[in-house]
Amino acid sequence: MRHRVPLFHTFLKAIERMPESLIAIMDALPYLLQGSIVTLIVVVGAMGLGFALGAPLAVGQVYGHPVLRRFIAVYVWFFRGIPLLVFLFLFYFGLCTALDINLSAFTVAIIVLGLISSAYQSQIFRGSILSLPEGQLKAARALGMSDFKAISFIILPQALRLSIPGWSNEYSILLKDSAVTYALGVAEIMARSHFVATRTYQHLPLYFAAGVIFLVLTWAGTKGLRLLEERARIPGYSPHGL
Amino acid sequence: MTAPILRIENISKRYGKKDVLKGASLDVKKGDLKILIGPSGAGKSTLLQCINFLVKPDEGRIWLDEQEVHYANKRDLYAYRQKVGMIFQDFNLFDHLTALENVRIGMVRVKGMGKAEAGERAVLELERVGLKEHMQKYPAQLSGGQKQRVSIARALAMDPRVMLLDEPTSALDPELIGEVHAVIRDLGNNGMTMIMATHQIGFASSLASEILFMEDGRILERGTPDKIFNHAENARTQEFCSKITELYGERG
Ligand SMILES: Nc1ncnc2c1ncn2[C@@H]1O[C@H](COP(=O)(O)OP(=O)(O)OP(=O)(O)O)[C@@H](O)[C@H]1O
Ligand SMILES: [Mg+2]
Repeated sequence: MRHRVPLFHTFLKAIERMPESLIAIMDALPYLLQGSIVTLIVVVGAMGLGFALGAPLAVGQVYGHPVLRRFIAVYVWFFRGIPLLVFLFLFYFGLCTALDINLSAFTVAIIVLGLISSAYQSQIFRGSILSLPEGQLKAARALGMSDFKAISFIILPQALRLSIPGWSNEYSILLKDSAVTYALGVAEIMARSHFVATRTYQHLPLYFAAGVIFLVLTWAGTKGLRLLEERARIPGYSPHGL
Repeated sequence: MTAPILRIENISKRYGKKDVLKGASLDVKKGDLKILIGPSGAGKSTLLQCINFLVKPDEGRIWLDEQEVHYANKRDLYAYRQKVGMIFQDFNLFDHLTALENVRIGMVRVKGMGKAEAGERAVLELERVGLKEHMQKYPAQLSGGQKQRVSIARALAMDPRVMLLDEPTSALDPELIGEVHAVIRDLGNNGMTMIMATHQIGFASSLASEILFMEDGRILERGTPDKIFNHAENARTQEFCSKITELYGERG
């Protein structure tokens, strides 16, 4: 009973500050939205790089020579095992400086997120490849296809379709992970909201706005991949008879 | 005597400690229909898959048109497989392709034909198995009998010298078996050379040029349908034939 009064006061205070908060958000919004474009480029770039590396890694891990499989298993272990922040610093402040490579924080963000994503995506694709019936490869070989052709024309087109739900997951994880690149100074959503918040002392509204932007981006991306899944669906094919 | 199209000599296969094939030999002449019968686990599927090296035999040699097949040489292997059509028990159509695309893909991707030309040929092959009006459907939209007929069209489009059929009708409902048998019968009448594993002995005995009874990785007995079904020498053959006659109806 007793603490109701202060709580009520706090609530009133928050209401009083509402217009002020709204103004702070409105002022910062264009700046934050520009950041969301940076975020999206980083995420889409990383997903693309992760795909370009992850698909061959998956094929290698399923069909490759035992030595190659071993190597890929180590690769996956390596990139899944090191925390993102450690990796970003290692690459940007460590490797780039040591080897005197001049890469922008933005580029490093895409490369590092892409490398990590390739490890995760390879496992998504590997699962899809393994879930295909063995007969698909046999039938392709029986026609005289080389393994390379069988994988390119028969296995991957089916495996990639099955991978879209996993991708959706990967997208939302990448989106959130991209906020960590703020530590390198990439001008994405998080960096910009932090910048405005510390200058205007409007912490609550600005991080709130950042959160909402992330939610909208997650929603839009997941929705887009859902549509892709629907479009790529094989007619008549319904795994659970639905 | 004409030389055999396909000559299989002493094929052996081991899985771990188990000898699945213990030296199977077989000569197939042009237009022959050899039928493999035998109990489950006899090695019929393994033998058929060894013939086109989907399973690598541990020992044995194979000649097609009097040329020995050196399967370790990839080019030889791929060229050979184009000439040996394979029909599987569970069809193995490519699920992401329409009936037409299933039949076309081998011609386009393996033989290097143009899409248009290959498409025309694919339509012809589908027409031959009575599925022209279904050519735009995906495997999931076809019945089992239709799927098997598409897979036969897919194999025929490669102009095979020999066809291997591994129980082509045993995954089908009884009322769908007839349509697939009709296609196979038609192939036989047109001189296609075939080796087929089946339990449908009525069908087998009406068409086969030779029946091979397999058990435990060996071809125990071979001969005309009449010999195998009515005058088998081996007690195991007799026993198996009377059992299977009970199960799969009258021979004829
Ligand atoms: N990949 C494999 N690994 C181990 N054993 C196998 C493998 N494939 C087949 N076998 C074994 O080889 C034997 C022969 O199998 P195969 O499939 O050739 O028999 P089949 O005559 O075709 O039988 P069915 O009439 O049931 O089709 C069986 O004992 C089977 O368990
Ligand atoms: Mg079998």
